Amino acid sequence: MFPELVDTRPLRRWVDDSLEWVVRNWGDEFEAAAQPLLFLLNTIQSFLLWLPWWLIILVLVGLAYAATRRLVLPIIVLVAMIFLGLMELWEDSIKTMALMIAATLSAIVLSLPMGILMARSAITRRIVTPILDLMQTLPSFVYLIPVVMIFGPGKIPALIATIVYAAPPLVRLTDLGLRLVDSDVLEASRAFGTTPRQRLFGVQIPLAMPTILAGINQTTMMALAMVVIASMIGAGGLGYQVLQGIGRLEVSRGLFAGLGIVVLAIIFDRVTQAFGKQLQTRIGLSEERL
Amino acid sequence: MSTLPAIDIRNVTKIFGDDPDAALALLKQGTSKDDVQAETGQVIGVDNVSLSVERGQIYVVMGLSGSGKSTLIRHVNRLIDPTAGEIYVNGVDVLSMNLEELRHFRRTQIAMVFQKFGLLPHRSVIENVAYGLEVRGEEKSKRLEIAAEWIETVGLSGYEHSQPHQLSGGQQQRVGLARALAMDTEILLMDEAFSALDPLIRSGMQDELMSLQRKLNKTILFITHDFDEALKIGDRVAVLKDGVLIQEGTPEDIVLKPKNAHIEEFVADVNKARAIHVKSIMSRDDNMEKCEIAVTEAARCEDVLPLFAEYDWVGVTDDAGKQTGYVTAKAVIKALAKHQGNIETTSI
Repeated sequence: MFPELVDTRPLRRWVDDSLEWVVRNWGDEFEAAAQPLLFLLNTIQSFLLWLPWWLIILVLVGLAYAATRRLVLPIIVLVAMIFLGLMELWEDSIKTMALMIAATLSAIVLSLPMGILMARSAITRRIVTPILDLMQTLPSFVYLIPVVMIFGPGKIPALIATIVYAAPPLVRLTDLGLRLVDSDVLEASRAFGTTPRQRLFGVQIPLAMPTILAGINQTTMMALAMVVIASMIGAGGLGYQVLQGIGRLEVSRGLFAGLGIVVLAIIFDRVTQAFGKQLQTRIGLSEERL
Repeated sequence: MSTLPAIDIRNVTKIFGDDPDAALALLKQGTSKDDVQAETGQVIGVDNVSLSVERGQIYVVMGLSGSGKSTLIRHVNRLIDPTAGEIYVNGVDVLSMNLEELRHFRRTQIAMVFQKFGLLPHRSVIENVAYGLEVRGEEKSKRLEIAAEWIETVGLSGYEHSQPHQLSGGQQQRVGLARALAMDTEILLMDEAFSALDPLIRSGMQDELMSLQRKLNKTILFITHDFDEALKIGDRVAVLKDGVLIQEGTPEDIVLKPKNAHIEEFVADVNKARAIHVKSIMSRDDNMEKCEIAVTEAARCEDVLPLFAEYDWVGVTDDAGKQTGYVTAKAVIKALAKHQGNIETTSI
């Protein structure tokens, strides 16, 4: 055994106490700060629940067709959505979808500027990269505990946990995409007297778009992977059904809800990927890299 | 027209590395370049180069890869800042400009064509050609109108709404050229603009550039690694090696009087008939007879060679059509034969 050289109890107590102090003194402020997140999630959720079921199916099928210009994906989407409806998973699917969309939108808002900063300064990249590593490897329960302590169980900690887990790939891929932009094109742009802002929005971001879209695709997938854990702290949705299935040893409930998550994942994965590919062919990157 | 050169590069040195000043100090003390690079670990890209380009000239900087020619051209619009030296464009000190002035200078005074085209892959051909105008802040209808005109001039009508990746290399470079010309700047920088193209297409683009130049009369600084290209299009040629300017002069100067072995090597392989103007070898005779056939003073030996199949001598006329001299087949053969005496001859 490793010898006990120092007494670590004060350190542990200090960590616990300081969190408690934060909860006691700053709990309300934190909760107020998180209100926009909750508002976003609730708005998306009630909007999607307000829409008639057939319209949602129509929109998703339409998106699938717009993305691929073929019939295969739209048919898969149609069948998958009808499966969700038939299995009485519609409302839970919508709630899960709302959580995923809210988390993805928030992740985009946070990650794009961060990725841009990282691409522009090596120092920022050196500081942010280990934080991203930590966000991706730290077991989510570790940061769920303090988050739940601060916000109480409910949608806010679920959303925050999902964002923490889902944002890193988007930050990384935004940074990567911007740095991979052809330096010859950037130089040409510079030679025409562009400002840094004109280069960022006119050249770098459009050319990095396929990579950024791949990041968004990753983010939606990781958000969906988080829904079961998020449901443990009150997110509801398909994850909650899975959780209940486990609790009641009701295999069918867990299985079908689990399949529901897979179905959502397939739909959003294929649609975002197809859009990314379409963009790539349009700017001729796919041929260049073959 | 003022006598001020359009581009004036004075004693420009560029040292790449983390401590260029130390290397520069050593270089100024007269330490050799290799020693400086070995001692400081800095890389010397351009070493004390001076050259000046007159208005309306095509000035070619020729050198092999690694000679610093692409680094040098980027100093003119300050895509690269020099370690030491001065750069004047139309008498204005480029190095003293602040960022805003520099951007204005790039938008209005100088346009550039790149070896790898540098087109924006997400924009159509016409949007690419209009890009510089857009950056300059021209109105949309106006810039599209100008862009359409230049697309026609470079022979790409019908491709306005194609994406760059749908075009061949030669067509893409036409877009690059149109984009630069659309800026209507007096000065054009061309960095190995035709080097990435197939030989036939390259030769066609060279001809087109020269015919455009006769109309537009721009100041063009042209970078190439192709000696033939330099001789063909250059009014003046500078040869760069390892960052040092070795020789500078008219194409004939360089072909007829190569300064060192390095340049002689280029000259040995070159088509001299293309480099030598008949004007520089013609004879003058006040009471010469009226010629049956004549070429202009701009003609080169290769232009008169076929005429000797029919005629013994050919007249040379100035721009006004007045006969100023004549060349004989003998004179041309003499000029072309010079400096090629590596075959033993015997007289019987």
